[in-house]
Amino acid sequence: MMAKVPTERDLRLDLFRGLALWLIFLDHIPSNAVSWITIRNYGFSDATEIFVFISGYTAAFVYGRAMQQYGFVVASARVLKRTWQIYVAHVFLFAIYLAEISYVAHSFDNPLYSEEMGVLDFLKQPDETIIQALLLKFKPVNMDVLPLYIMLLLWFPPMLWLLLRSPSLGLVASGTLYTLMWWFDWNIPAYPNGFWAFNPFAWQLLFVFGAWCALGGAQRMSRWLNSPVLFGLAVAYLLFAFFIAMTWYIPRLGVFVPKFVGDAIYPIDKTNLDVLRILHFLSLAVVTVWFVPRDWPPLRARVLRPVIICGQHSLEIFCLGVFLSFAGHFVFTEVSNRVPMQIVVSAAGIAIMVAFAALISWYRGVERQGPGPRPPAAKPGFAGGDV
Amino acid sequence: MRGRVPVLLALMLLATPAFAEDPAECQVAAQLAVADFSLPMVARALAAKQLNVLVVGAGSSALPGPGGDKYAYPSRLQHSLIEKLPGVAIKLTADVKPRRTAADMVAAMPAALSATKPSLMVWQTGTVDAMQAVDPDQFSAALDRGINIAHSAGADVVLVNSQYSPRTDSMIALGTYEEDMRWVAVQQEIPLFDRFSIMKLWGDLGTFDLYSATKKLDIAQRVHDCIGRLLADFVIQANKPGEPPPQQGGR
Repeated sequence: MMAKVPTERDLRLDLFRGLALWLIFLDHIPSNAVSWITIRNYGFSDATEIFVFISGYTAAFVYGRAMQQYGFVVASARVLKRTWQIYVAHVFLFAIYLAEISYVAHSFDNPLYSEEMGVLDFLKQPDETIIQALLLKFKPVNMDVLPLYIMLLLWFPPMLWLLLRSPSLGLVASGTLYTLMWWFDWNIPAYPNGFWAFNPFAWQLLFVFGAWCALGGAQRMSRWLNSPVLFGLAVAYLLFAFFIAMTWYIPRLGVFVPKFVGDAIYPIDKTNLDVLRILHFLSLAVVTVWFVPRDWPPLRARVLRPVIICGQHSLEIFCLGVFLSFAGHFVFTEVSNRVPMQIVVSAAGIAIMVAFAALISWYRGVERQGPGPRPPAAKPGFAGGDV
Repeated sequence: MRGRVPVLLALMLLATPAFAEDPAECQVAAQLAVADFSLPMVARALAAKQLNVLVVGAGSSALPGPGGDKYAYPSRLQHSLIEKLPGVAIKLTADVKPRRTAADMVAAMPAALSATKPSLMVWQTGTVDAMQAVDPDQFSAALDRGINIAHSAGADVVLVNSQYSPRTDSMIALGTYEEDMRWVAVQQEIPLFDRFSIMKLWGDLGTFDLYSATKKLDIAQRVHDCIGRLLADFVIQANKPGEPPPQQGGR
C-alpha cells in the first residue's frame, strides 16, 4: 500500500514560506535594526527551520506524485535537475558576493579593523578559493542555505522511495541518521577550516519530517494537533524560550536561569539543529496550526497575496533576497547606515521581492495561455516548490 | 537618530558626572559599560594601593603603525586608571598579538600571569575564533580554562568581546561566539565589557563613523581612547555595587 500524496495545494505552506523568505532577507542584512522583528530574537528557532520543513513538505508533494505516476527513475531525474538549478543559482550568487567583497577589500583599509580585514585574505588565493567554492566547501557567511538544499535533494530520491512505501520507516531512518550524527559528530568539512554551518546530516530530519507530514503524517497527527494539552505544552515551551531569549539582551536576567538549566541548554547548536530548536519549531507549528486552519479565509484575501506569491516562487525569491541583502549592506557602507535608511532598505527589499514574484507569476500565466507549444505544466519549484 | 545626539550630549553635560574628565563622545555609551559582577581581587588591590593589570588580547587590542601601542586601548586604560585612582600604583602589562584564538591565548597565559602577578586580567577574544570558525564548544571550553587559570593565579577576569565592524559584518559570523562569551561570563560570574554593543551604539548614533574607509588613525585612536576610559570606569564601578553606575543621564 503506497502512501497517499495529497492533490490540493495548501496555501498555508506558501504563506509561511513567503514569510520565512522575508525574515531570512531581513536577518541577512548585517546591522539592520529592522531584523529585531524576526522570530530568531524571541526564541530558539528561526526562519530557516520553517523554510526547510516547508521545502521538505512541498518536495514530497511534487516529487511524490511524479514518483507514483512515472516511477523512481523519472522522479529522481527531476530531483537531480532541480538540484542542478540550485547549484547554478548558488554559483551565480557566489560571483556577486565575490564582486562585492573585492570592492570592499579594495577600498577599505581602516587601521581600527586590521584584524577583521584578515577575513578577506581568501581573495589572495583565488585559485584555491574559487575551486573550493565550486566544490561547496568554501561558503561565505549567509551562503549556506543553498548548499544545504543541494545535499538534501541529492539524498531525497531514495528517501522519498522509502517514505512512499512506509512513511514511519522513512521517519525512523531519518531520526536514526540524526542520532548517529550527534553520536559520531558527522559533518562535512568546509574550507579553509571548520565544518558546514548547516550540517546536512542534522537538517535532513526537518526536511524528511516535512515530507512525512505531506505524505499523510499530518492527517495521522490531526487528533493530537487538536488537543488542548499539546497546545498548552507548546505555548509553555514558547514562553520558556522567550524568557531565555530575553536573558541574551538583559544579561542581569541570566542570574535567574539555574546553572543546571543553562548547562543543559547551552550552546543552542544551530549547525547541528539542536533538539531545543526542533522543539521550538514544532511548538510554533502547533500554535500556528491551531490558529490558522487550512481553510482560513484570509488565505484568499488580497492583503496576504504579496507573501503568498513570494512563497510560491521560492528559489527565485530566495536568491533575490540574498542578492538584495548584499546590496543593502552596500548601501549602508556607501550611503548611510542610519536607522531610517535601514527601514527604507528593508521595506524596499521586500517590495522588490514581491514585485519580482508578481512578475514571475504573471509571466508563467502568459506562457501557459499563450500560443505555441505548452511548456510542461507542473514544473517543480525550489525544493519542489512551485505547483 | 542624528537629531538625538545633541539631546544626549546635553543630558550628559547636565548630569553630575562621576568622571567628568571623559569626553562626551565616550560618555554616549557609558550606560552600556556597566559591570554585572564585582571584582574582589581588584578591591583588595585597591585597598593595598597597588593594582597590577594584565591585558591579554589579539589584533583588535592593538593599533598599527609607529606609536600604535601608545594609542591602543590597553595603554589608554592604564592612563585612565592612573588619572581616576590617585594614590594607587598602577602597573599594566599587555600581552597582545594578532590572530590568536582563545585557545592560543590560554596557552600563553600561565607564563604571563606568573610574570606579572596581576589582580585583574582583561581578556579580549572572540574575533579570531569566529574568523577561523573554531568549534564553538572548544571556544567555550577555552574561555572556561583561561578564566580558571587566572582565578587560581589570584586575578579577577574581565572579558572583552569583539569590535563592531560594520564593513566586515557580513563576512564574520560573530553570533555564536558572542553568545558563548556572554553565557560563560554569567556562569563564571565575571563581568563582560560589551565592546560590540558600545561600538554599535557609537556607529548607530554617528558618534564615530565606523564605516569610514579611511587609512588615517584619528578615529581609531579616539575609539581606543574611549574604550580605555570606559574600561577604567567599568573596573572602578564594578567594586561599588551599592552605587548606581556612572552617567545614567544618557538613557
